[in-house]
Amino acid sequence: MKSLATTRIGRAASAAVLAMAAGMVHASGSTMPARWQLNMGRGVTESAHNAYHAHMIALWVCVVIGVIVFGAMAYAMFKFRKSKGAVAAQWSHNTKAEVIWTVIPILILVVMAWPATQILIKQADTSNPVLTVKVTGYQWKWRYEYVDYEGKPTGVNFVSKLDADSDKTRQLKSGLDPHAVKVGEESTYLLNVDKPLVLPTGVKVRFVITADDVIHAWWVPALGWKTDAIPDIINDAWTLIEQPGTYRGQCAELCGQDHGFMPIVVEAMPKALFDQWLATQQQPAAPNATPAAPAVAAAPQG
Amino acid sequence: MATHAATDHHHADHHDDHDHKPQGFMNRWVFTTNHKDIGTLYLVFAFIMFCIGGAMSGVIRAELMSPGLQFVEPYFFNQMTTVHALVMIFGGVMPAFVGLGNWMIPLQIGAPDMALPRMNNWSFWIMPFAFTVLLCTLFLPGGAPAGGWTLYPPLSLQGGSSVAFAIFAIHMMGISSIMGAINIIATILNMRAPGMDLLKMPLFVWTWLITAFLLIAVMPVLAGAVTMLLTDKFFGTSFFNAAGGGDPVMFQHIFWFFGHPEVYIMILPAFGVVSEIIPTFARKPLFGYQAMVYATASIAFLSFIVWAHHMFTVGMPLGGELFFMYATMMIAVPTGVKVFNWVSTMWKGSMTFETPMLWAIGFVILFTIGGFSGLMLAIVPADFQYHDTYFVVAHFHYVLVTGALFSIIAAVYFWWPKWTGKMYSEKWGKFHFWWTIVFVNLLFFPQHFLGLAGMPRRIPDYNVAFADWNMVSSIGAFGMLCTPVFMFLILWHSKKHGKTATAEVWEGAHGLEWTVPSPAPHHTFTEPPVIKASMLAHGDPTH
Repeated sequence: MKSLATTRIGRAASAAVLAMAAGMVHASGSTMPARWQLNMGRGVTESAHNAYHAHMIALWVCVVIGVIVFGAMAYAMFKFRKSKGAVAAQWSHNTKAEVIWTVIPILILVVMAWPATQILIKQADTSNPVLTVKVTGYQWKWRYEYVDYEGKPTGVNFVSKLDADSDKTRQLKSGLDPHAVKVGEESTYLLNVDKPLVLPTGVKVRFVITADDVIHAWWVPALGWKTDAIPDIINDAWTLIEQPGTYRGQCAELCGQDHGFMPIVVEAMPKALFDQWLATQQQPAAPNATPAAPAVAAAPQG
Repeated sequence: MATHAATDHHHADHHDDHDHKPQGFMNRWVFTTNHKDIGTLYLVFAFIMFCIGGAMSGVIRAELMSPGLQFVEPYFFNQMTTVHALVMIFGGVMPAFVGLGNWMIPLQIGAPDMALPRMNNWSFWIMPFAFTVLLCTLFLPGGAPAGGWTLYPPLSLQGGSSVAFAIFAIHMMGISSIMGAINIIATILNMRAPGMDLLKMPLFVWTWLITAFLLIAVMPVLAGAVTMLLTDKFFGTSFFNAAGGGDPVMFQHIFWFFGHPEVYIMILPAFGVVSEIIPTFARKPLFGYQAMVYATASIAFLSFIVWAHHMFTVGMPLGGELFFMYATMMIAVPTGVKVFNWVSTMWKGSMTFETPMLWAIGFVILFTIGGFSGLMLAIVPADFQYHDTYFVVAHFHYVLVTGALFSIIAAVYFWWPKWTGKMYSEKWGKFHFWWTIVFVNLLFFPQHFLGLAGMPRRIPDYNVAFADWNMVSSIGAFGMLCTPVFMFLILWHSKKHGKTATAEVWEGAHGLEWTVPSPAPHHTFTEPPVIKASMLAHGDPTH
């Protein structure tokens, strides 16, 4: 897709096309939003690549149609002006043209719908996960429970909420500079948490997603999808992360005053490291921890 | 220029027509049953609401201008986004189109007035009370509704007494809309002058007829949905509470069964306006008149079977997602037909670019951009990323601001000389247009980028990576805040000092409304006009 886009850049005349394509190249390789970013990131899962490709196909179809339609309009506006002596024709009908511009869009739509359908079918299959994580949205934090790993309950669960640094800075008229909130070189203002969700790379992870109070939506752009977290309803989704890294996202469904302040951080690491991490998490937990009723451990309201 | 210099002789001829207006403010405006005066009331009301809703967007964009919270608490920010939407949709766009319909439908079909003039009065006068109720919630303890205009439970039920006020206000708006729609249907089906066959009606009348049916179909659905919210909140029912046997997702299905046709309620009359303006200034008949009518009807039909594309992330089964994706993509076909027909109307025309034409062309281009992003949003795998981001915000502001609102402004400039008998200043009208084009695109185009980069909608604060485009967007917003002032001054100046308009106003004008004097007398077509083919906006559509 990148090479396709770069060869097209040379040919495309419109500045908007250039800007879009430039953003596309710019965004690739980074999973953090970048300053002046123009296009969707490519992400680190097959779902994210699929979303990106579906997006680019749709975008280019729109750009091509736009160039043709707006080009015809521009030509008409310069050519058929009264001030240039244009005399108006009086026809108002052309059956052949009308049939053509009804049928061709239908064909284009079929071409667009086909790959989208394939992707969706693939994405709907949440079977055979190695790890199942239950995600529960609260006003305004997330709980993660490692319900099942390689066929065994793990007993690991914790709450993940906005980091203290961002939280101090985001208070009204705090006087603190959001640019100063950093992890290493990354500006993580409002995109960092006290305790990230740790996931293994290279294995299928299934999420069961719900909420405790109002509707939230769990979204990490690099994983390629978002799913609503709805009280008393359980949705599921899956991911298979290709490369280790830190992937940041946010709640994507209005959930009250601190909707903008409940980020999501996924720390993806190779399976061996993940196994180690999981073992350390299991140590301090009492051996009789019951994963079925973890919500009792911490009050949902903060 | 297509405008005709008017003569005093013309003016004097029709002076007598002004004599039958009711005297006194109360009689003229409060007790009025005159379609023109009620149309004016609707338009003035819509203008005030656009200013109020615009001020709220000013608060939103000021807070979003840079990262960190500078001006308002997040909860107040949420009140602003919620009430901004409700005011703009129900108080701005919809009443503006009803006002245009009131003014123009009887004039365009040769009817003396609306079919049900007293109900017409009531339809309008409910609105100021409905919005007083809605806006007063801003001053209640606990503030205005803050759960988004879509009112999704359980969040919307967390509000205080504002829930009851907002729902009552929505019921009143719904009653007003339904009465307005009944009136429009009754007028169009019963009061056309002899010879004004259905397939000879101006496109604006056609689009309003179809819109009115949409309104009657879906406003009761909204009323039902919000009534169930009300009883869930105050009377212990569990329609949308899963713990009590209900379903929070069911609210979304019901809401969007109303909400999607609602989108077309706000855009179909815009299609009608543009279909009147482009042929006028291209001096060429509208291309594919019948196709335009059928396309409008197809869009209206499709609007009932695409609602769940607003809900692709709620966890629908695969079959549901595929159905709603395909159905949504189908809308591109009749919408494409419309755009192609407008371009074909311009093709080999003899165009001039007076202010209404500029706004109409701006509409076609920018609405089409909004249509493109709509097509992209229909692609479910991509929508999993776009959903509830600024990409969606950019999309619906392109169709609603540069779509619906542009057409309203185009219509006002187009018919203003007919309403007032005065020309506006072309120079300042064009200035208004070009200023708006620059700032509206600065305002909304970067929001596509923000959404694609990952900025969710309805957040008061964001990561610093989003700061740059947000700054650009806010600058655009502040430029846009000037535009109602420009428009007010241009129209005020026209009313006071404008040149007198002719009856025809525009060189290429066709249609019954241009056969009556300017300003249109208080009572027109008290006897049905004898219609000649040359008087019709779209001639004989059968050839």
